[in-house]
Amino acid sequence: MASLAENQGNNRTLRDRAWAVAAKVVDPEIPVLTLEDLGVLRDVRVADDGAVEVDITPTYVGCPAMGVFTMDLETELAKAGFDKVRVKTVLSPAWTTDWISAEAKEKLREYGIAPPEGKASRRALFGDETVTCPRCGSENTEKISEFGSTACKALWKCRDCAEPFDYFKCI
Amino acid sequence: MNDRLFAYTLRLADDAAILGQRLGEWCGHAPTLEEDIGLANIALDHIGQARALYTYAGEVEGKGRDEDQLCFLRKEREFSNCLLVEQPNGDFAETIARQFFFSAFMLPFWEKMKASRDETLAAIAAKAEKEAAYHLRHSAEWVIRLGDGTRESHERMQDAIELLWPFTGELFEADDTVKALVAEGIAVDPATMRDVWGETVKKVLGQATLEMPEEGWAQTGGRSGIHSEHFGHLLTAMQYMQRAYPGLKW
Repeated sequence: MASLAENQGNNRTLRDRAWAVAAKVVDPEIPVLTLEDLGVLRDVRVADDGAVEVDITPTYVGCPAMGVFTMDLETELAKAGFDKVRVKTVLSPAWTTDWISAEAKEKLREYGIAPPEGKASRRALFGDETVTCPRCGSENTEKISEFGSTACKALWKCRDCAEPFDYFKCI
Repeated sequence: MNDRLFAYTLRLADDAAILGQRLGEWCGHAPTLEEDIGLANIALDHIGQARALYTYAGEVEGKGRDEDQLCFLRKEREFSNCLLVEQPNGDFAETIARQFFFSAFMLPFWEKMKASRDETLAAIAAKAEKEAAYHLRHSAEWVIRLGDGTRESHERMQDAIELLWPFTGELFEADDTVKALVAEGIAVDPATMRDVWGETVKKVLGQATLEMPEEGWAQTGGRSGIHSEHFGHLLTAMQYMQRAYPGLKW
């Protein structure tokens, strides 16, 4: 019979393997970003019954991609040999764009989505925002709509290169 | 089970679900493509909040009812949403006035709810607060644009403000359920929202060159299940799938 210490060691290896698999799952709407890049992946654990438990948190509470995240996590973990997987949605602490890393923001820009600007804590009823065009780098841009192709994005337009673009809203 | 917590969570869920349903009716019919997407996005936020709240209400009740059963299989008199959210979409000005009045209340409400002693309500509040900030900004911008726009848009916006004004008083009502939960540090006392709500409304209506109606008689009843004549019709559309195909899943 394996000692408790050995079991914990195994669990840690298992956990690291499971994390590596889960961390590679991408957002179906923004396929250049992984759930880890987005800060949506919160925790991966190995439970007492050997199941892998994954915690994810929604960007917006009604985000329809959560169902796809769950399915993709289950599929990818199953492919890697994890038969028992439980994906849990956690709401607290509330997701913020501050969790998107600098590298991930750069990936967003390259993909054509303007990354969130500034810190989430800054807020006024009618705040002035400056958003840089992800295509030509101009700051001469205007908001077309607070709401874009997904809950987390707004629609903007560049006055210099005339391209419309998505802006990842700062929350 | 904690009856009060169940009732309270359910009414927050009902507010969100019914407003989400109303906004969803605009999908494919809004005046411009951007607004179509915008209203559907706001609807989605409310439906997301409703899902989290119904799921929690079901857990508190402990009888195995899930979000679908609570939303789609209860009868009219069992719904405890406020009357404001069930009012018909009307013209675009009425939809905007309804959203503005509601969001101006919900933003400070969720801000306070983050400090609730109930961890789940506090967690939902932390998410919903960020969304409410967008909803308030979006609707306030439209109130100003329409109020300070053409003569017709000004008139329509003023009419919408006056039409829905009598339903705003109910937002601040506290019955025994709320009072008891406020005392326990779980609920937010809606009466404490009155000043901040009034200030927001006054500021935006002023910028919009619109007149703020006098405080007066308030139509209430939604919290105790007495709804307006529009509500049954809303439920027939919203509940059709679960009524026709009980237990249906996506």
